[in-house]
Amino acid sequence: MKMAEWEEVERILKKYSTKEDLIPVLEDLQEEFGYLSEEMLERAAKKLNVPFVTVSGVATFYSSFRLTPRGKYHIQICRGTACHIFRSDKLLTYFEKKLGIKAGGVTPDGKFSLVPVNCIGACAKAPAMMINEKVYGNLTEEKIDKILSELK
Amino acid sequence: MPRKKKEQTVNPVVQKVKIFLNDEEIMVDPNNYLIDIADEHGIKIPHFCMHERLERTAACRLCVVEVEMRGNRIITTSCSTKPAEGMKVYTHTPRLLEARRINLELLLANHDLNCPTCPSNLNCKLQRYASELMIEQSRFTGVKRDVPVDDSSVSIVRNDNRCILCGRCVRMCNDVQTVHAIGFQKRGFDTIITPALDYPMDKSACVNCGQCVIVCPTGALSEKPGVQHVIDALNSGKMLIAQTAPSIRATLGECFGMEPGTNVTGKMVSALRKIGFEKVFDTDLGADITIIEEATEFIKRFKENRDLPLITTCCPAWIKFGEQFFFEELNHMSTCRSPQAILASLIKTYYAENIGKKPEDIILVDIMPCTAKKYEIQRPEFVKEADYVLTTVELGKLIKQMNIDFEKLPDSEFDNPLGESTGAGVIFGRSGGVMEAALRTAADWLEGKSLEKIEYKGIRGMETMKEATLTLAGKEVRICVVHTLGEARKLLEQIKQGKSPYHFIEIMACYGGCIGGGGQPRPTNKEILLKRMDAINKEDKRKKFRKSHENPSALKIYAEYLGEFGGERAHKLLHTSYSKKPYK
Repeated sequence: MKMAEWEEVERILKKYSTKEDLIPVLEDLQEEFGYLSEEMLERAAKKLNVPFVTVSGVATFYSSFRLTPRGKYHIQICRGTACHIFRSDKLLTYFEKKLGIKAGGVTPDGKFSLVPVNCIGACAKAPAMMINEKVYGNLTEEKIDKILSELK
Repeated sequence: MPRKKKEQTVNPVVQKVKIFLNDEEIMVDPNNYLIDIADEHGIKIPHFCMHERLERTAACRLCVVEVEMRGNRIITTSCSTKPAEGMKVYTHTPRLLEARRINLELLLANHDLNCPTCPSNLNCKLQRYASELMIEQSRFTGVKRDVPVDDSSVSIVRNDNRCILCGRCVRMCNDVQTVHAIGFQKRGFDTIITPALDYPMDKSACVNCGQCVIVCPTGALSEKPGVQHVIDALNSGKMLIAQTAPSIRATLGECFGMEPGTNVTGKMVSALRKIGFEKVFDTDLGADITIIEEATEFIKRFKENRDLPLITTCCPAWIKFGEQFFFEELNHMSTCRSPQAILASLIKTYYAENIGKKPEDIILVDIMPCTAKKYEIQRPEFVKEADYVLTTVELGKLIKQMNIDFEKLPDSEFDNPLGESTGAGVIFGRSGGVMEAALRTAADWLEGKSLEKIEYKGIRGMETMKEATLTLAGKEVRICVVHTLGEARKLLEQIKQGKSPYHFIEIMACYGGCIGGGGQPRPTNKEILLKRMDAINKEDKRKKFRKSHENPSALKIYAEYLGEFGGERAHKLLHTSYSKKPYK
C-alpha cells in the first residue's frame, strides 16, 4: 500500500475502537478504496483487537464486501429468492458471456466487475441488479444490452 | 502447605420439575438440558456439535427430540432446550428417526465418502450414526465439496471434504485455546473452516496442539501421518531406537479396546521390540534430567530474584504460543529443553559415542501423545536429533498393521542406560506433574535435606488453574499450574502488566496435560482423562525412586558425560533458546 493510502486507512480507523465496530470499519474502508485488501483487514484486526481470522470470516461472509479491487461499474446481480424464481441465474450467465469474465471477476480494462449478491431488497422489480448505487429492475437480456451500451 | 484456590461451592437447593421422558415420569433439575437429562437416564441422543468443554451452538440439528407442552408438539434440539413442568419429551419416535435420517443424508450428500482411506475410519461419528440409522444411500445428490487437502502443517492435516461444519474445532481453537488459527470463512455452500483468507495452516497462528483433532467427530482433522516413514526406516539397515513419552503407557491400551487407565508400560515396550526397534528408551529419564536442570535454573533465578516467574517449557504448543503472542515475555521461559528433546540429544551424543556409532546411523523415533512434537523435532535447533514422531494413535495403527496381538504380549523392561526413571518423570504426563516433580527436587535442594513430603496434592486434578504457596527454606514460594492455552494467556497477560504474583508457573496446552494430548486416542473426555491421570499417579507410587535427582542413571550420565548440573556442557546439550514467530 502507498503511504497516502496508509494514512487514509489510519484516518478511518481512528474513529473506531471496539469489536462491535468491525462491520462499520469494513464498510468505511470499502467505501473509500472500493475493496478490502489483506493489509487493511490486518490493520483493522489490530486496531479493534479482533482476531484476524474473525475479521476475514466477516469480510468473506457478507457478499457486500469485496476482497479484490472492483471495476468502474460494479454490477451486482441479485440472487435472492424472488430474483431466483425469475431466473436471475440466467442473467448472471448472460453477463459472464457478454463481459467475458466469471462471477467475482473484473474486465481487463477495469471497467466492469461482476458479482452475485444476496437479496438487495428490490423483490417487486425482480429480477434486479445494482450497478454501483443504482438499482435496475425487471431485467431482460435486451434491457441489459441497452444499459451496458449507455455506460461509458 | 499447598492449597486449592477455588473452594467448592455448595449448590443451592433447586426446585425440581416433573417431565415425562418417553412416557416415564421423572423429576429433573430445570437448569439441565434435555440431552443431558436423557443421558443420565440411559438414553444417548446422537449429536455432532455438542462437546462437554465447548459452548453449545445447536448447529448440527441431529439431537432433535419431540417436545409436547400444552397440546403443542414440536421438534426441537435437545442440547439447547431445558425442561418445564409437565413437558412430554420423546427421543426416538418414527418422526424423529426420519428427521435425523434426513439431516444425516444432507450431511452425507456433499461428503467425501471414501471411508476406507479416511484416517478416522471406524472411529467416526458420521459413519457410526449413518450405520445406526441404516442409511444405505443419501437420497440427495448434488455437488460434492472438492477442495484441496491442506497438509502444509507438519502436525495437522485438514481435509475439508470430510468436514461437516459442526464447529467444534473452531470453538476449541478460539474459545478454549485462544489461538484463533481457524474460523468459519465464506458463506452458504462455500462455507469452509480455514485460517484467515485461505492461508495454509503452516502460515497461520496454529500452535499444533491438536486439540481440534481430538474434538473433530469426522476425519476432517487428523495428525500428519508418520507411520510410513517409520516402516521405511525399519528397512533402512540403520539402528532403530524408540523413546516413549510418560503418558503413552496410560493411554495406548485404549487403541486396542482396553479400559481407559490401563497401564501398559511392559506391553508397549514388547510391542516396540517386536516392530523392530533395537532399543526402547524412556522419555521419563529425559524428564528427570529436565527437572534437574530446571530446578537448578529455578533456584538460581529465585535466589537472584531475576526473570520470575519461571515458566516450564516441556510443551511445544505452549512454546509456539508464547513465541507468537508474548515474545516480549520470553525471558520468563525456562531455557530447558523438553524431556523429548533432552533424551533425543543424549541418544545422538552420549549414547551414540558409548556404542561407537555415528549419530546419522541411528534413527530415533519418538512415541508422543502430541501433534506438536512433530513440529518440535523440526525446529531448526533440534533438527539433527529425533527423526520421526508417532502419536499414540499412530503407534496403535502400526502395531495393528504388524498384526501384533497387543493384549497377549508379555511385559518387558526398557533398555538401559536410558530407560531408568523415577516417579517424578512419570507424572510429567499429566497437568501439575512437571511442577510437582520440580518441587520434589527444588524443595530438597533449598532445604538441604531429603524431605519426606513427596506428593503435592493441591496442584493435582482437572481444574484448569491451580495455585499454591509453599514455604521452602523459610521463604515463600508462590506457584501456579495451568492447562489449556486460554488459561495460559491470562497468566501471560498478568506477567506483561508486571502483576504476576508467582515465582514458578507450569503451562500445558492440552486439557489434563499430555494425557489429553492431540495425538491421544479418541474420544478424550473428562471421565477418561481422570482414569488416565489415575494410572499415571499409580505408576508414580510404584516407583523405587520418586525424585528426579535420585535417578541413578541420570546421575551417572552427569558424572560420566554432562558434568555439573546446569554446567557448560549441560547447557549446550540440554538447553535451548526462543525467538519471535510471525503468524497470520
